[in-house]
Amino acid sequence: MSIFVDENTTVIVQGLTGSQGRFHGLRNRDYGTKVVAGVTPGKGGTDVDGIPVYDTVVEAVAATGATASFVVVPPAFASAAIIEAAQGGITFIVCITEGIPAHDEARTYNRLVEEFPGVRLLGPNCPGVISPGKCNIGITAGEIALAGGPVGIVSRSGTLTYQALYELSQQGVGQTTCVGIGGDPVPGTNFIDCLSAFQDDPDTKAVMMIGEIGGSEEERAAEWIAAHMTKPVVAYIAGVTAPPGRKMGHAGAIISGSKGTAQAKMAALAAAGVHVCQNPTEAGEKMVELVRGL
Amino acid sequence: MDLFEYQGKQYFARYGIPVSAGDIADTVEQALAVAQRVGYPVVIKAQVKVGGRGKAGGVKLAANADEAALHAGNILGLDIKGHVVHRLWVEHASDIAREYYASFTLDRPNKVHLGMLSSQGGVEIETVAVESPDAIALLAIDPVVGLDVATARRWVAEAGLDEGARAGAADLLVALYRCYTEGDCDLAEVNPLIYTPDGRVHALDAKVTLDDNAAYRHPEWEEFRATETEDPREQMARAKGLNYIGLSGSVGIIANGAGLAMSTLDVVNQVGGSAANFLDIGGGADAGVMAAAMEVINHDPSVRAIFVNIFGGITRVDEVARGVLEALGRVEIAAPIVLRLDGTNAEEGRAILAPYLSDRLLTEPTMLDAARHAVALAKN
Repeated sequence: MSIFVDENTTVIVQGLTGSQGRFHGLRNRDYGTKVVAGVTPGKGGTDVDGIPVYDTVVEAVAATGATASFVVVPPAFASAAIIEAAQGGITFIVCITEGIPAHDEARTYNRLVEEFPGVRLLGPNCPGVISPGKCNIGITAGEIALAGGPVGIVSRSGTLTYQALYELSQQGVGQTTCVGIGGDPVPGTNFIDCLSAFQDDPDTKAVMMIGEIGGSEEERAAEWIAAHMTKPVVAYIAGVTAPPGRKMGHAGAIISGSKGTAQAKMAALAAAGVHVCQNPTEAGEKMVELVRGL
Repeated sequence: MDLFEYQGKQYFARYGIPVSAGDIADTVEQALAVAQRVGYPVVIKAQVKVGGRGKAGGVKLAANADEAALHAGNILGLDIKGHVVHRLWVEHASDIAREYYASFTLDRPNKVHLGMLSSQGGVEIETVAVESPDAIALLAIDPVVGLDVATARRWVAEAGLDEGARAGAADLLVALYRCYTEGDCDLAEVNPLIYTPDGRVHALDAKVTLDDNAAYRHPEWEEFRATETEDPREQMARAKGLNYIGLSGSVGIIANGAGLAMSTLDVVNQVGGSAANFLDIGGGADAGVMAAAMEVINHDPSVRAIFVNIFGGITRVDEVARGVLEALGRVEIAAPIVLRLDGTNAEEGRAILAPYLSDRLLTEPTMLDAARHAVALAKN
């Protein structure tokens, strides 16, 4: 099993006719993902390498029955694209767009919660989600993942996710699903959503969690883990040496005053019984050791 | 982007938030001219992006031209926590009956906006939060709904603002919220928000942080960008479109992805070194981007070794390797380079570099090994 997406997930790509949308959309299809349609206003009736393009999400969903959308449009159009997906009947939205204003994100998040409670948004500013061997929505290089489980991965960082996938795959340890929740201040899906789904997924036996400075999602996750999680969790937090008050590449990776430090997050996770590691390599090794002992 | 106080006040004024009459001055003569225009007594305030200006002698009251000249002369050039004062804000001194505090920011855990209002202003709000948390009235605002006057009126009463100040404060808070949202602020803070003996409420200070992601819809921010006293290394990187933050160590860092770049700084630190910078070349970087990154790092005289940490996903490692060679051909790189290359096309990338490897250009198989090697080279 896997979480959020599997071999039956049907996907539309909002922005398929753009250079990024085409590149990643076709890569996702080549991986085996059921990419059934694209949506670009004004380009309805055309196709991208055989994938039909529609003007609206409503039309694309009516024609294909798709349930998931991959949003790959510029920041100024991303919020509207997300809401259009929800209005069009999509229930799982992956938005990789980086650079969306925080106020737009906050409004979009709350509109989804209030008007479309059944819809899950992953991202924005995230690498997407991959259930190896089944479905890949986003920009993850599918070849570095290994199907078959038993590890679930949830991460705020793209490249550190790839790093984790690679280290596990090299050692022959597969993954059930790898979820990039993204580096923005208002993520649609958070650590707890993913930890909870992994806890309920019978094929996931252990979880790797990769956090970074900024916000308090890792601390909240630690509380949740202490109260609900029975599967082992290995964590790595980036940004121990980051200076306060600077956005470290990700809009959400900022230490505000004394809040959001890596040290506080690591302490909270360790107190919750999580195996906290000092660098990505150590985290990979720890996970391999745990899985081999299962 | 953080604004200077005077820019914050100008930004507030755009949204109808009352501020004191005043202007900027870069010389004593200009300060005297502004003082003459707005009328004595005046307050002369150092324009630096750091707290604690008052304690450092950067805020002074002047009753006449002699005092104004003395204070302006003393404050210009003053070093406040490493920030040298080049600009003053001179405004007509306000009579103050009471000092309050007001701010709006994003409540990240709850994904709503958070208003903070206190009848105890003019002091560090963090201190108030610790010593008398009940003196701060918090208001959670749904970003879809916003803040209306009726809610603001209930809020000012709950915060215990003086009755005479409440109507004016409620209007000001609605305007401040509009500035915060429509103005795309990460933070809009007024401390102190003052209540004058003649019954007016206005902003005596302004602390504004703008959301850089929203710059595309705010052409008016260009003037703020122009006055940013940036690290020259950061200016150069920005001109090349790179995501760079200057630090004080000796190992230059180039990585792809924000998380990996942060992690690289941490690993360098763990093995006893310190990073000269944060530099994320982003996803899908090509040879040109890599070469530009090398040039920026090479420009920093404190860099004694360069650590290139690439995990290829969409970014192809062979492209990165070509970029390294391109940079080496274009400019003379002063520091030795240690590369750790993994992921998509890593073998091709290593093969491209193989003929050029030397004691100035090395590869290591893991992030830790590469960090150790770079740190050792930086210490030589």
